[in-house]
Amino acid sequence: MDQPVHSQVGAWPPGLTRIPFWVYRDAGIAHHEQTRIFEGPDWHFLCLEVDVLQTGDYRTTMMGAMPVVVARAEDGEVVAFENRCAHRGSLICLDDGGRVKDFHCVYHAWRYDLRGNLTSIAFRRGVNGQGGMRDDFDMTQHGPRKLRVTVQCGLVFGTLSAETPDFEAYIGPEIMVRLRRVLHKKVEVIGRFTQQLPCNWKLYMENVRDTYHASLLHTFFATFKITRLSQGGGVMVSDNGVAHASTTLAAAQGPDTAYAGLRADNQDLKLRDPGFMAAVPEFGDAINLQILSIFPGFILQQIHNALAVRQIVPRGVDTMDLHWTYLGFADDTPELRTMRLKQGNLAGPAGFVSMEDGAVGGFVQRGIAAADGEAAIVEMGGAGAEGAATRATEASVRGFWKAWRARMGV
Amino acid sequence: MLMNIATLNAASARALDSGNLEEWPGFFLDDCLYKVTTADNHEKAYQAGLIYADSRAMLEDRVLALREANIYERQRYRHILGMPLIQVGSDGSVAAETSFMVVRTMRDGQMMVFAAGVYLDRVMRDADGAWRYAERIVVCDSQRIDTLLAIPL
Repeated sequence: MDQPVHSQVGAWPPGLTRIPFWVYRDAGIAHHEQTRIFEGPDWHFLCLEVDVLQTGDYRTTMMGAMPVVVARAEDGEVVAFENRCAHRGSLICLDDGGRVKDFHCVYHAWRYDLRGNLTSIAFRRGVNGQGGMRDDFDMTQHGPRKLRVTVQCGLVFGTLSAETPDFEAYIGPEIMVRLRRVLHKKVEVIGRFTQQLPCNWKLYMENVRDTYHASLLHTFFATFKITRLSQGGGVMVSDNGVAHASTTLAAAQGPDTAYAGLRADNQDLKLRDPGFMAAVPEFGDAINLQILSIFPGFILQQIHNALAVRQIVPRGVDTMDLHWTYLGFADDTPELRTMRLKQGNLAGPAGFVSMEDGAVGGFVQRGIAAADGEAAIVEMGGAGAEGAATRATEASVRGFWKAWRARMGV
Repeated sequence: MLMNIATLNAASARALDSGNLEEWPGFFLDDCLYKVTTADNHEKAYQAGLIYADSRAMLEDRVLALREANIYERQRYRHILGMPLIQVGSDGSVAAETSFMVVRTMRDGQMMVFAAGVYLDRVMRDADGAWRYAERIVVCDSQRIDTLLAIPL
């Protein structure tokens, strides 16, 4: 973080209320994001703890462009290391996950233990007394980079940096409460899908944090009163901008005219089978929608009973993967599980709500193709990045940029 | 029998490809299961779908939402269907497996192989004797969906 990133395309306007468009388009920025953010002092979501329950279970994942293996070691600890053989750099693990005794690279059969320590080298002593490695080759000095790992509420996070603060300090105590609220018991994976989005990864994360757009872009939300800005709720942002949580309370009774005349207000729209919109209370409060994000690329979603974690993986300046893991709890009743499956229609690549989030980043990416000299306006709710008792604010988006700029030195 | 199933498949695909989405739920029984999932999810027996509907009314609601609520760029599908492999059950229902490929064409003319996979169907006669889907599990070979899945597969 010592040297600022000198962009070739322009300077940043003062304050947090403008975002220059080159930040979504510049290849140099994307390169520095990998080293300063994805390999820097942040906690990155890697996988679920239930993905690596038993000794030898592993799962492959990404930290930005960097391939990562998460494994359960012999002593029960969850560990993670770069998915890259120390020898020639080949991937060590080729599948999404599985159970192994140890790891070996298919290229030249270099072997690693479950912690990613190099344990053997094929033909190290040569063949028939010829060839082989020098006797003083020290296997302990070679191996894939190892991550620090923390397991929080059944989520596995990793970081390459020794400077990354303690997890709770990183996301702040307020957001920690929101995380624990949803992930309070053992989860079960009920589906995994990948959505490829035609936009820079930051546009998607901003969309997640943008409490202002939800009921305007998404007609489904407003019409069926899943969330309207006139419903109770609010947004909280950690002091460092790293984490946010927005909440919506169940709809109040009585007429609501705040949206009269807006496209998203379509009171004629009636579902034939509206049963799936009825949330089953399961968290002991009146919050029927909570979206929580942790910088740079983790999202936890509770839309009624539809629970999911989403992981952002950039795939170049203008493309990203969004990995959806749909969740239930291990002790779901059949009725509650069915409700989750039906409410799954709200989210994901075909979600009544989130299909638009998949497209809107691409609309921006295409819209700004010639606008490197221009900037986006994020002035709703003032100029700060503090939490608010309303969602008619872009405070959380400004919080994202506060965190991003601190790391990038921009 | 094979012709009955193939004709049902062709008619259902035509409804989607021609943009007559309102016609499409009519190829299902009132009580039905329609789920879009992927080979990987199917093999692991994960329950959730990209689309999950356990009644024809939910399919009608999806069409209604696509017409009235959801925002997506103008696009069309072209389904290419394989020959159904069928097995007649003792109750008269038919289990059918049919490969499909869907090419998506966007408003600017960009075309892509949007999805390929297999329909795992259970087909029955309705009260009027017409063959209808009691169950259609759409198993996509790839878990990756480009941008969004608006029109059903």
